[in-house]
Amino acid sequence: MIEVDRIHVRFGEGPGAFIALNDVSVTIGESEFFTLLGPSGCGKTTLLRSIAGFIHPNEGAIRLAGQDILSLPPFKRPVNTVFQNYALFPHMTVAENVGFGLEMLGRPRAEVTRTVEEMLALVKMTAMANRRPSELSGGQQQRVALARALAPKPKVLLLDESLSALDLKLRKEMQIELKRLQSETGITFIFVTHDQEEALTMSDRIAVMSAGKIRQIGTPREIYDHPRERFVADFIGDTNFVQAKLFADGTVELPGGARIRASLPKDAVPANRAVTLVIRPEQTVLEQAPEQAQLSGVLENVVYCGTDTHYHLTLTDGARFVVRRQNNPARPVTFEKGQRLGIGFDPQAAQVLEG
Amino acid sequence: MAATQPNTDLVAANRRETRNRWLLLLPAIVILLAAAIGPLIVVVLYSFLVAGDYGGVVWHFSWDGWLGVFTTSDPFDGTLSLADAHISILWRSVKLSALTTLFCLILGFPTAYFIATRPVSQRDGWMLLITIPFWTNLLIRTFAIMGLIRNEGLVNGFLEWLGIIDQPIQMMFTDFAILLGMVYVYLPLMVLPLYASMERLNFSLIEAAYDLYATPFRVLRRVIIPAVKPGVVAGSILVFVPSLGAYVIPRILGGGTQLMLGNLIELQFGQARNWPLGAALSLTLLVMVTAALIVYVRASANEGE
Repeated sequence: MIEVDRIHVRFGEGPGAFIALNDVSVTIGESEFFTLLGPSGCGKTTLLRSIAGFIHPNEGAIRLAGQDILSLPPFKRPVNTVFQNYALFPHMTVAENVGFGLEMLGRPRAEVTRTVEEMLALVKMTAMANRRPSELSGGQQQRVALARALAPKPKVLLLDESLSALDLKLRKEMQIELKRLQSETGITFIFVTHDQEEALTMSDRIAVMSAGKIRQIGTPREIYDHPRERFVADFIGDTNFVQAKLFADGTVELPGGARIRASLPKDAVPANRAVTLVIRPEQTVLEQAPEQAQLSGVLENVVYCGTDTHYHLTLTDGARFVVRRQNNPARPVTFEKGQRLGIGFDPQAAQVLEG
Repeated sequence: MAATQPNTDLVAANRRETRNRWLLLLPAIVILLAAAIGPLIVVVLYSFLVAGDYGGVVWHFSWDGWLGVFTTSDPFDGTLSLADAHISILWRSVKLSALTTLFCLILGFPTAYFIATRPVSQRDGWMLLITIPFWTNLLIRTFAIMGLIRNEGLVNGFLEWLGIIDQPIQMMFTDFAILLGMVYVYLPLMVLPLYASMERLNFSLIEAAYDLYATPFRVLRRVIIPAVKPGVVAGSILVFVPSLGAYVIPRILGGGTQLMLGNLIELQFGQARNWPLGAALSLTLLVMVTAALIVYVRASANEGE
């Protein structure tokens, strides 16, 4: 559907140039909810703006349904954007805003009116049709911005940090709303965010970016359970990194001497070398008997967080480790600070990373 | 008793504060009365009196001043016979002022847009370039224009040197010369308010319009112009109003043959010694300016709603 083919974006010239996108390629399918996830400055917005046509890549191609769109100005690309600050036209009513794109495309008045009504109904804003954007709340402006971008029925809808200005409750509501709109319209959504939770809950696939490169592309489950790089594992969710040794037979030796069969990357060749294990805090349990567990550590701190409790430990090699345990008032447990405890986990839930 | 005591204190304090406020306003009110309202009353009075033989006024009520604004029966026909030309002078004033406003808008809009789209660190430098002419005396700037466009001036000299013309083009003492001078002098008054409103322009609105299939021209017409309308209105008023009353520029570049309203008024108080007519013409100018302001502000307010 949309193919980004080895694009490079540089800001400035010569050795002082800032490389915003470095050899980025990605293919996004029809009706897919695709998320670009990364910290600020990672290039996700630059990639989005390159697709919209506001930035012209120095190298590479962007194809939409097989046709190269890089030579087209933004107003000729069948792609619409929901801007971070919504960018609603302040001098137009809600209905005029929503109809703007269709009007610019030269659609007959009757069709514009009908589509505007449809779109306002879709985002549940029919009652506000004659209001000005300044009379709307943030969440309402968000809905109008969505309706405006969807009205011309674009092939691809681009959303630039579109939910970040909303408060938490409204954001959760809009996440569900966006998912509904996407499945109802069947339009490809490309969503930019720095919020990993948002990315995990909404996306069909996620591309994790940092420093102008795509680090990993996959379904939320793949990205979370099988990160391929330390950056990806670190950026998404809370993570424990454990230094370990990989052996030629595919087993991994943990600090303390236990050997397990952890989850190896597909293309990894088992050989004797140092590796890092990624173990998620919620996939571990504390055990009173340290001798029988795969890992052991001294309990340093206990943090109560409502739904669960975080136990901070120091492993035998001095590394820090966090165990997360769901609270259950019916079955309270007590672990003493300074106590030596065992840490148990399913070996398959431990992901091996190079280095 | 205990409850009412602080209450009366409060009333007294309020009264004191109100009095102080009026005291502070007093100097401004005095200056306004003495410098604006007072002279205006004098001008209104003079416009209903009879002209004195050697200037000044005779204290007899008369409609002559007001009749003289448009009618041709001017008994005090001195060296210049102008009574017949009042309407054409009025028309020239309105026409040249409107054209000046239009050209200032055409030149000032892209200039202000250019400056507003520079990096923040460069904008002050560009604005300085726009305001530098303001530091020079109006008379000198007007004579500089004369140096450019007179028959032996730079423009004619250059064109002759190129061989494009063999006779100098007569530019001085024409409407064109006045227009050129006024556009040059009043352009900064257009650029400043335009720039102020463009600097506040949310540029993501332009991107949003581009994204929604608007061509660059339509982005200008549908998004940029409505958004900077307050600047366009302010700039147009700031250019149109002084243009209508311009005196020095048409005096020098129009050479006494292409008069504007300001020159006509000066003539009545000077050579023609017809103060009542001068006063009536001044009030006509005032009414025109006020009417223009009201129409313009109303029209733009309605559209911007």
